[in-house]
This record gives sequence, structure tokens and C-alpha cells, in this order.
Amino acid sequence: MGRYLLRRLAFALITLFAVVTVTFFLARAAPGGPFDGERRLPPEVEANLRAAYDLDKPVVHQYARYLGMLGRGDLGPSFRHKDFSVNELIGRGLPISVTIGGLALALAVVVGVTAGTFAATARDRARDRLLVTAATLGLALPPIIVAPLLVLVFAVGLGWFPAGGYDTARSYVLPVIALSLPYAAAFTRLSRGSVAEVLGRPHVLTARSKGMPTWRIVHRHVLPSALIPVVSFLGPAAAALLAGSMVIEEVFSLPGLGRYFVQGALNRDYTLVTGTVIVYAALVLTFNLLADLCYARLDPRIRHA
Amino acid sequence: MRDALFGSLLARVCCGFLGAVVLAAALGPWLSPWEFDAVDWDAIDTAPSLAHWFGTDGVGRDLLTRTLAGARISIAIALAATVVSCCIGIPWGATAGYLGGRTDQAMMRIVDGLYALPFILLVILLVALFGRNIVLLFAALGAVSWLDLARIVRGQTLAVKSEAYLEAARGLGAPTFTVIRRHVVPNVLGPALVYATLTVPGVIIAESFLSFLGLGVQEPQTSWGVLIADGAREMHSSPWQLVFPATMLTLTLFAFNILGDRLRDAVDPH
Repeated sequence: MGRYLLRRLAFALITLFAVVTVTFFLARAAPGGPFDGERRLPPEVEANLRAAYDLDKPVVHQYARYLGMLGRGDLGPSFRHKDFSVNELIGRGLPISVTIGGLALALAVVVGVTAGTFAATARDRARDRLLVTAATLGLALPPIIVAPLLVLVFAVGLGWFPAGGYDTARSYVLPVIALSLPYAAAFTRLSRGSVAEVLGRPHVLTARSKGMPTWRIVHRHVLPSALIPVVSFLGPAAAALLAGSMVIEEVFSLPGLGRYFVQGALNRDYTLVTGTVIVYAALVLTFNLLADLCYARLDPRIRHA
Repeated sequence: MRDALFGSLLARVCCGFLGAVVLAAALGPWLSPWEFDAVDWDAIDTAPSLAHWFGTDGVGRDLLTRTLAGARISIAIALAATVVSCCIGIPWGATAGYLGGRTDQAMMRIVDGLYALPFILLVILLVALFGRNIVLLFAALGAVSWLDLARIVRGQTLAVKSEAYLEAARGLGAPTFTVIRRHVVPNVLGPALVYATLTVPGVIIAESFLSFLGLGVQEPQTSWGVLIADGAREMHSSPWQLVFPATMLTLTLFAFNILGDRLRDAVDPH
């Protein structure tokens, strides 16, 4: 298990390095620079600005310097948000994005696994059909639709929750629900399939014939192995959740990582874009490592390898 | 396969609906009395009526025509991106499966690694930095959605690998890549194309996200993402501007998912 995790860690670090490199060179290769405003700057001012941000040096030199800075945990100054370093901007946005993303994923797993197990234990009965149809519908309801509708009904119409902001716990309710819905649906379908598969195995039949109550069979003999595909979907789900979280931050005007990324990309704020991509990638890769850890705990074939 | 598409009432309804959407997207903007970008000065921001079935938007453009014009772009991008993903995923999976051994392991390890990466960031970066044109949009979306396809094609390739016709081709001295191209790929193409249709809803969602954020399709062109973003801004005063495009998107995704499930069951009984 130690070797397995070590290999995963090495793989994650290599991936992160590749992400840094690709993002850095893409941002530099794009036409247009960060100082292309509506008004052209006098050439000498622009030359000074470029020198201040090291843009007058060869790209390889800039890349080496950037890697050196990264090694010290410094993502550099923002090109557009004057007087702010990228670290400061990300430091502000990160807690909001992580809270919403983490809560949404947790909600999706809890709701999805519960609903999936519930459906699998009543295979092809009304309850199962209803849940499967609901899950298929949930997959077709992306945040760009659900978020505005939730605002319209629960914020504007009923006034139960705020339509934006991040100052109280209540303001997180709608964003988290809107973000988690398609994933709750995906986890429902996934866990329904795997629970149904495990329910058909001989050891479950033995437990059943001993007269063990269903909830106990599910808890003791089914879920531990049925959860393996769920855990292995956690990593890809976290990666996919990112796009939705950008939409959610836009709709609920939350100053999270996603907004800095989108703004940075539109303004060609090289350091901000590269910085957010690196932080996003590091988050997702760390999360993947944690998921691998759970995976190794659940699957004895990996634990004893 | 035929059973999967037409076997049950629900599947038939979904097929019919998708067919109608594609047909309406292709012909609708042409049949409609309104242009998708033409302004009706007598009907600005009006609710659905006989003249404008879906109502009009804030500058008096017919929403039905715009929804269909948006469908045209959204579906066209999704299909083009799916073709791009086939061009990468099918050769990748066939090569990995056919060669086997270490090459296979390395190629599939790369696929596993890529799964965990937030690719949407790369797509956003590309369209934001290199201009928001439609070709770049579908090329980028296609280039990041081939992973599932590569896995499926590899599995199918393993299944046909020991067939006699491949043995014969090898025996006649055909080079490895000729065997893959001429004999493996054509034989795994059927199931691969079925799975490719499952890529379509994912790309439609990704495109709508990008357009919603203002990073995808640009005015005066429109797509479902653009319409939903506009509708969300006006939903307090003119809810129909959100409801119609949102319903179209949801129903289309729902129909794709239902048919996708049926096709998956038909191709892969596991």
C-alpha cells in the first residue's frame, strides 16, 4: 500500500509540473498582452512596465524564474489588480470555492448513495423506477438552469435564502444545492448499479438466509464493496465540478477562485490565470490522492499489494 | 440496437423528440417569419403570443427563432466535437488494445491520469486567449472528451484481438499499423460510434457553461448557453426568456441520456 501511494504521489507531482508548464507557455503564446488597454500607453511607459514584470526577457528565462518563485510558494504579482499579489487574490477566493465545492460533493455523495441503495434494494419496483427517472432528469439539469431557478423561487419569490453573498451559513444553501444536483444524480445511478450487483453475490444470499435484516446486510456486507466504484468516481467528479462552480460563483456573485480565473483569462492577467490553474489542479490532484487512499482502504487487493 | 432505440414507448418518444429538435434546428430559422437577429420594434420584451410563440427578448427578437438558431449552434458544436473526439479516442484505444503489454499499460495510465484533470480550465484558457471562435471551441471540447471512447475501443479491441482475420492479416505480413487501421478499427467502429453519441450531451453542457460565462459563442450568434444567460438576467420581469431555452436544453439532455442508457445496455450487456 505504501508503494501504491508513493507511485500515486509521484504521478500527481509530474502531472502538476506538466500543468504548470502547459499553462505558462499557453498564456505567453497567446496574441495580445496584459497592457493592451483602450488607450495605447506611451512606448517608454510600456517598456518600463514590461521590464518591471520581466516581460522583456526571453520566455525561457521567465519560465525558469517563475518555477523558482513557485518553489518558494510565490505566485507572483497580479498584472491587472495593481497592488495585489496572486497569492492574496487566491487566498481570498479559495476558502469560498473550497467550501462550496466540498459541501456540494459531500451532499451529492450522501444523497446519491442513499438514493442509489434505496433503489437497488427495490429493484424494478415503483420506488426504483421513480428514483432512476428522477436521477436521469437530474443529470439533465445543469447549474446554469437550476441556479437561476432556485434564486427565482427561493430567494426572490419566497425570500427564504439570500440570492447572493457569502456572509451567513444560509447564503451557502442555494449554491450548494444547485451545484450538487447533477452529481447527486450521477452517484445515484452509479451506486444503484453497484449495490444491485453486490446484492446478487453468494455471501449476501448466505447473510439473507441466516435471517439478517436487510439494512444490516446492506451496511455490513454490501456497501463496503459497492462503494468502490463510487470512490473511484470521486476524482473525476471533483474535476468536473469545477466548471459548475464557476457558473455558481457567477450567478450568486461569490468572489471565489472561478471568478478570478474567468476574469484573469479575459484580461490576459498571465500570473493570475496561471496561478488559479495551478491551485485548481493542485486541489483536484490532492483530492484524487485522498480518494486513492480511501480506495486502497476499501479494496483489499490494493491494500495488500 | 433497433430495440434499444425503438423498443419502448419512452425510447420512441425520445427519438422522436431529438429528431424533431434536429429538424427544427435545421429548418426552423429558415421557415420562421422572423430572422433570429431581427428586431420587432412593436414587440419588445413581450410575453408569448400568436405572433411570437415563445415571446420576444429585451430588444424585440423572436425567442422561438433564437432558440432554434441556438439549437443549431449548440448541436453543431456538439456533433463536431464528437467527431474530433472519435478521431483521437478510436485510434488511441485500438492501438493500446492491439499492441498490449507495456505500451497498453502506459497509454491507459495516461488516460487514467487525464481523467483527474480539470480540462475545462484548459478549454477556457484556449478560447479566452486565442479568441472566441466556433472552430476553436469545438476542437478544444473534442480534444478533451475522448477518454471514455478510448477505454471502450480498447475493450472492444481486446475482444476481437484473437480473431482469425487478424491472424490472417498478420500472416500475410501486413505491418502492425495497417492491421490496426484496416482490420481492427472497422470492426470496433459500431460500438465505438454508439458510445460516441454518449459524448454529445456532455459537450452540449460544456458549451452551454462556456457561453453562459461569456466565453463561448458571441453575439449576434447565439446558443442555448447564451440564451439561458440572457434569460437568467431578465427572469424577474420576463421569466419566459429563461423558461423556453432552459426547457429545450433539459429535454434534449434528458432524451440523449435515456437513449444513451438503452444503447449502452444493448452494446455492453455488463
